[in-house]
Amino acid sequence: MNTELLGILATYLLTLVIAIPLGKYLAKVFAGERVWTDFLKPLETGIFKISGINPKEEMNWKQAMKAMLTVNLVWLVYGFFVLMYQDKLPLNPDGNPGMTPDLAFNTIISFVVNCNLQHYSGETGVTYLTQHVIMMFMMFVSCATGIAAAVVFFKAFRDKTTEKLGNFWDFFVKSITRLLLPLSLVMAVILAFNGTPTSYEGKDQFISLQGDTVNVSRGPAAGMIAIKHLGTNGGGWFGTNSSHPLENPNYITNTVELVAQVIIPIAMVIAFGIFIRRRKLSWVIFGVMTVGMLLLLIPTLSAELGGSPALEKMGISQTTGAMEGKEVRFGPAISAYWSTVTTIISTGSVNSMHDSTMPLTGAWQLLGMMINSFYGGCGVGILNYFIYLIIAVFISGLMVGRTPEFLGHKVEAREVKIAALVTLLSPFLILAGTALSSFVFTNYAQAEWAVQPQSWLNNPSFHGFSEMLYEVTSSNANNGSGFEGLGDNNVFWNVLTGFVLLLGRFLPIIGPIAIAGLLGRKKYIPESAGTLKTDTLTFGLMTFAVILILNALSYFPALALGPLAEYFTMLK
Amino acid sequence: MKKYIIQSIRLTLVLAVLLCGIYPMIVAFAGGFSTGNGGGEKITRNGKVVGYARLGQNFSKPEYFWGRPSAVGYNAAGSGGSNKGASNPDYLKQVSDRIDTLLKYHPGLKRSEIPADMVTASGSGLDPNISPQGAAIQIKRVAAYRKLDEKIVAELVAKHTEGPLLGLFGPSTINVLKLNLALDEIKK
Repeated sequence: MNTELLGILATYLLTLVIAIPLGKYLAKVFAGERVWTDFLKPLETGIFKISGINPKEEMNWKQAMKAMLTVNLVWLVYGFFVLMYQDKLPLNPDGNPGMTPDLAFNTIISFVVNCNLQHYSGETGVTYLTQHVIMMFMMFVSCATGIAAAVVFFKAFRDKTTEKLGNFWDFFVKSITRLLLPLSLVMAVILAFNGTPTSYEGKDQFISLQGDTVNVSRGPAAGMIAIKHLGTNGGGWFGTNSSHPLENPNYITNTVELVAQVIIPIAMVIAFGIFIRRRKLSWVIFGVMTVGMLLLLIPTLSAELGGSPALEKMGISQTTGAMEGKEVRFGPAISAYWSTVTTIISTGSVNSMHDSTMPLTGAWQLLGMMINSFYGGCGVGILNYFIYLIIAVFISGLMVGRTPEFLGHKVEAREVKIAALVTLLSPFLILAGTALSSFVFTNYAQAEWAVQPQSWLNNPSFHGFSEMLYEVTSSNANNGSGFEGLGDNNVFWNVLTGFVLLLGRFLPIIGPIAIAGLLGRKKYIPESAGTLKTDTLTFGLMTFAVILILNALSYFPALALGPLAEYFTMLK
Repeated sequence: MKKYIIQSIRLTLVLAVLLCGIYPMIVAFAGGFSTGNGGGEKITRNGKVVGYARLGQNFSKPEYFWGRPSAVGYNAAGSGGSNKGASNPDYLKQVSDRIDTLLKYHPGLKRSEIPADMVTASGSGLDPNISPQGAAIQIKRVAAYRKLDEKIVAELVAKHTEGPLLGLFGPSTINVLKLNLALDEIKK
């Protein structure tokens, strides 16, 4: 096996070696059992005391959701104003300007919802202050929001019948103090010692070997890059994200960043099974997710390692694979792996430019974001998966003619309706959003916006359509990567994706938690011979089939118009 | 509801101190002990900074090894890839022109010897590396312009080729800036 493929294997194995024990640890932390990090308790007590929170106060699902929405609203308002007036605030050595209202609107939503779609460029669009108090702050708290929401959800299935789902604030703060902050510290130091800058100095200038004067953007990036990956956020310090040599200096940092973004999503799946005392269910879910990942990864690798068919015709050598938009120190293999994990998990950081990947790779990236639950984002991945699971329970119930049950609770009309609505939301937002953009592009080409619709697209034809489809899909999935050729910093894209981001974040969190809350308070029915078991291989296959069918039905036409059409035109 | 609002604001403030104040300060302190003291690793010659070890810079003169094409002209104050799609006709024309340029400057070079990385733009526009094959095709030209023995230049390239991590993982690379600096050293 060549060294590039070996790199992928090693990275994935290292991920598992860290993620599985981490899952066990998380289950203990959130169950309130004794763990070695209990020495941090005084810190947490202090935080609760200052905030006036009683972490022992039990909440039902509605109270937990109210707490979550309130704190998110506070962040939205606070962030909006800081971004607009960042030029008047301190720590702006490069003299960057304040944001326009529509860009501030888009940016703060994007960071609050764990997406990090960036319609600005890090070097010129934000200050060191906003990189800290907005970008990095939101990276911690948006990820902790997702994890805390998932733990509220876990709670509903731990006891036989319960309305008490723990304290949202308690889970939220512990996700930061016991998980995100310590891991970020370790990772930031590793990055710093491999060449990522940490100092607060502004731009530097030097004269190159050939005599050109070169300006260099820098800044304290290491701390943000750590949480950007651990929290599946993905927003870069620099414009080109983790393909930038200071953001991702070498193969070691590349491995660390790749491992970091996958460990918490996998750990949450493992933690779920331990927490509700049904480990087998966890392994079935993990199995389905892993098979899903491989089914996206293998064709991606094949497309990227095969190189560009158009360049092949020019007679040059593509021994390692397609190189446009990729960095030599990573190579096409690990870049392909990165593009798969960053799209199935909602990280959205990139170490190569997705816009320049092969047409079929683009299709797999889009599909990964459309499904959005093969591991998925921090906390929200398992919530997204749960929706598919409820649909699978319902369909299986219909097939065998019994009332569908999940973990001893009857799944009835109300729960299925919620699941169905959440399932329909994604295709609605993605397809309607893309249709609207295409309509504006063709009919209002001259609209007087910061970027006129006629200059939106960096590529003609089918690939241009893919650029718009990708942007909306990435927003809905709260992913944040982009086909970055798209001219997206104008009022249309800022507002459209702003709303898609909000809906695509909060409804898919509230939906599963509502279902869990409703199920949790129902009478517990002991297992019998007629119970549909959800922790079997058969049921895993059933869930997989549901995921496949739902997504194929929803998205095949859109994918056919974009990446698939481009692929076939390149064949001839 | 009101209770949640007040709790949210107070919690936000205390977390801001922890996450935006204490955390980055610890990282900045630790980073101060790294090479380049947290400001990025610089390379100096005769006491003058001539570049950053990790950042590629533009090399167009024939006596230097060239780096990869860059969509932003190696502007380190604003990175960027080309974001061109694989089927874009303008892009394909551009690649074709780059191939022609390489062929012009390297008489006797075969198309099949040109590696993809020398005719495609990098993701960041600041790629500091080229592949060993990318350097190999330039040896003859660089040696000729510097009136050096090809063998000496080839040895230098071999010396500057970094293998995979631990010899096992990832691609082999060459840092163009370091290679060119070493070339200038020979001249003296």
